[in-house]
Amino acid sequence: MVGHDRTGAIVLEGVTQRFPLPREDREFTAVQDVSFTVRGGEFVSIVGPSGCGKSTLLGLVAGLVPGTAGRITLDGQPVSGVNPRLGFVFQRDAIFPWKTVAQNVGLPLLFRGVDAASARARVAEWIARIGLTGFEGYHPHQLSGGMRKRVALAMTMVYEPEIVLMDEPFGALDVQTRNLMENDLLEIWAQFRRTVVFVTHDLEEAIALSDRVVVMTASPGRVKAIYPIDLPRPRSVTEIRFHPEFGRLYETMWTDLKDEVRLGYERSQKGLMG
Amino acid sequence: MSGVKRVSWAEIRLWRAGLLVAFLALWEVATRRGWIDKFFVSQPTVLATQIAEWVWSGFIFRHLWVTMQETIIGFLLGTLLGVVVGFLFAHWEKLAYIFDPLMVALNAMPRVVLAPLFILWFGLGLLSKVVMVISLVFFVVFFSTYTGIREVDRDLVNNARILGATQRHMIRHVLLPSALTWIFSSLRTSVGFALIGAVVGEYLGSHEGMGYVISYAESMFNSTGVLAGLLVLMAAVIAIDVALKRLDTRFSYWKPARW
Repeated sequence: MVGHDRTGAIVLEGVTQRFPLPREDREFTAVQDVSFTVRGGEFVSIVGPSGCGKSTLLGLVAGLVPGTAGRITLDGQPVSGVNPRLGFVFQRDAIFPWKTVAQNVGLPLLFRGVDAASARARVAEWIARIGLTGFEGYHPHQLSGGMRKRVALAMTMVYEPEIVLMDEPFGALDVQTRNLMENDLLEIWAQFRRTVVFVTHDLEEAIALSDRVVVMTASPGRVKAIYPIDLPRPRSVTEIRFHPEFGRLYETMWTDLKDEVRLGYERSQKGLMG
Repeated sequence: MSGVKRVSWAEIRLWRAGLLVAFLALWEVATRRGWIDKFFVSQPTVLATQIAEWVWSGFIFRHLWVTMQETIIGFLLGTLLGVVVGFLFAHWEKLAYIFDPLMVALNAMPRVVLAPLFILWFGLGLLSKVVMVISLVFFVVFFSTYTGIREVDRDLVNNARILGATQRHMIRHVLLPSALTWIFSSLRTSVGFALIGAVVGEYLGSHEGMGYVISYAESMFNSTGVLAGLLVLMAAVIAIDVALKRLDTRFSYWKPARW
């Protein structure tokens, strides 16, 4: 199903990230020796207990921060700074409060110097696709959380990045809105077939959406296991949960994850996040 | 305790008006009966007559206009300077580190004491008052611009970077709008400072403007003139404040109303 010749492949080799702890004379290792590969057009989720460095990993792939050690390549090219072929959907909706829906969605095109006429057409197309036609002139504070998330998604997709990184994008939404958004995301993904790396702490969400799921350990974050998800596509996130295979996958992965979650929790209780 | 009652605005207004009238009446009666000497505190009816006379003859408008000119010119220049320097400092951290002690020291200095120096350097006319106003407005705007840019949402900056923003885009679409909310939130403070600067400057040395009117009346031991001048200034400040409140809501259209 996933072509190997597609662009948008990500390779992580021995990726490590440490931060100095200013008041203590030591370093905090957020991510340690992480290696895995994401094929072009593949949908991969990363799950792990909170504080395991999932978001750090995305920041490294996006080139927002330089890593301490290891190598990340996008289609064979090492990451050095922010890559224009990449999109990022943030946990909090990082859309611009002083811009309207249309201005927000059009912003990356403006930054990229796309001429006004074709930019306008693409913005209208994406606003229609996310179902916000009629809301073009609204400001973010006038929209619901789900609508803002849609704007953020359209803003990322409008310039058709080859790789889309998503950092717990639907975490703040209520369950119903969340399921709707997940289905919309799958539909968009099926249509455009971009590489998606999706960070979440919700195992069900990860299984329902992905081709493969990377399970991380409690901090310092390492790869504990990688599971292929052989559930049929196209999927509906609300219905796929009743597939017999889903339950089996969930159980296996949860056994892996629960120890890490407990470990992560105990450490955070003791304040021993190093 | 759940004894919190909703306030009735009609009632509040009634109280306010009532207290004001009572105060004015007491003042009038006290000075008429000779409980207090009119020479020191004037009298409401005399004050009203004085202000009416000033308005009728147009005398007050000339002086008010001079003060407004100084306030507006100084305010605009001070704001511009504050925004530019705040921007530069936020952008080049080294600059901020180097000049930090100087900024703190200059800001700590009571500018009012500088007024005589400014008058000595820049004369009795408009320029010395404008400089005085700038010296007050600059710091308010500088500090809020600086904070506004330093405190900009990191996610927004990162998002803009990923969306392909150049340095110029970042300033135009992220940093400036973010700083603008801070600048606007300090606008009413800085306009107040601007007016104080202009009036103090005039008071200490000039031949026109509201500060001059008050200072002249004072030198004649004319308490009516001093109080009438103050009342006119007060009215001007209230008018400006109302206008600024309107402007603020216009420019903050994107903010949720409860902010």
